[in-house]
Amino acid sequence: MVVVNGKELPIEGMQLQEYLEKNDYKLERIAVEINEEIVPKKQYDSVTFKEGDVVEVVSFVGGG
Amino acid sequence: MLEEAEFYSALEKRHGKDVQDIIRMAEVTICGLGGLGSNIAIALSRCGIGKLRLIDFDCVDLANCNRQQYFISQVGKKKTESLAEIIRMINPFVELELFDCKLTEQNMEDVLRDSPFICEAFDDATQKAMLSNYVLENMPDSFLVGASGMAGYGDSNLIHTRKVFGKFYLCGDETNGLETGKCLMAPRVMICAAHQANLILELIIEQANQKIGN
Repeated sequence: MVVVNGKELPIEGMQLQEYLEKNDYKLERIAVEINEEIVPKKQYDSVTFKEGDVVEVVSFVGGG
Repeated sequence: MLEEAEFYSALEKRHGKDVQDIIRMAEVTICGLGGLGSNIAIALSRCGIGKLRLIDFDCVDLANCNRQQYFISQVGKKKTESLAEIIRMINPFVELELFDCKLTEQNMEDVLRDSPFICEAFDDATQKAMLSNYVLENMPDSFLVGASGMAGYGDSNLIHTRKVFGKFYLCGDETNGLETGKCLMAPRVMICAAHQANLILELIIEQANQKIGN
């Protein structure tokens, strides 16, 4: 299992980029951290979820 | 003419000398001088912050005055200079460094340098993400206090401060963006800006106390 934004999901082995696209995240409006480490944007297509990963996708909304 | 010693002595009476000495030594970088940034800068200036680095490329527009701390008389002027004018009336002793530019991936390194405390106070979600990713990837020693979700009115208590991870914090309700069709209004934007300024203050004091082993 992988925990994404607090939810347990059976997505170990899935590529980060694929997960983000499937879930309609706008890649230019997010920051992703896995196990308390930021994932650089250029690594989205080379990172694969591992069992036990704790992932947070921060989606920014407009306004300020 | 107000003397610097008199000014700080008045602040010390309110805040206590120990706390005031810490705040006076601190430097904060504010990226974006709109509803969030103008309010954050004024709150920190009133607290007697030592130095503010203010970044914005834009000019004051009449439509900004619904929530940003500018005056009608400043419409058409640079936000950096207009905010500096207001700050000078509140605190003539804060050191100001103004950057009249748009932050991009190309100039971020030069402008941000090694800022210890960075406020992300942009309006645009893409800009928010760009700055956050840059700081988190390249500036591991800096604290980053961002904002997301403060559009509309009501539901004051949905606006919160949370630690995302490491030195990255986020203020806002994380939901109500311009995308929802809601507009930005002074009270909720000010609540969110106050969350950011308050957290910055807490981090500054906490960090200083850790260094001196309190």
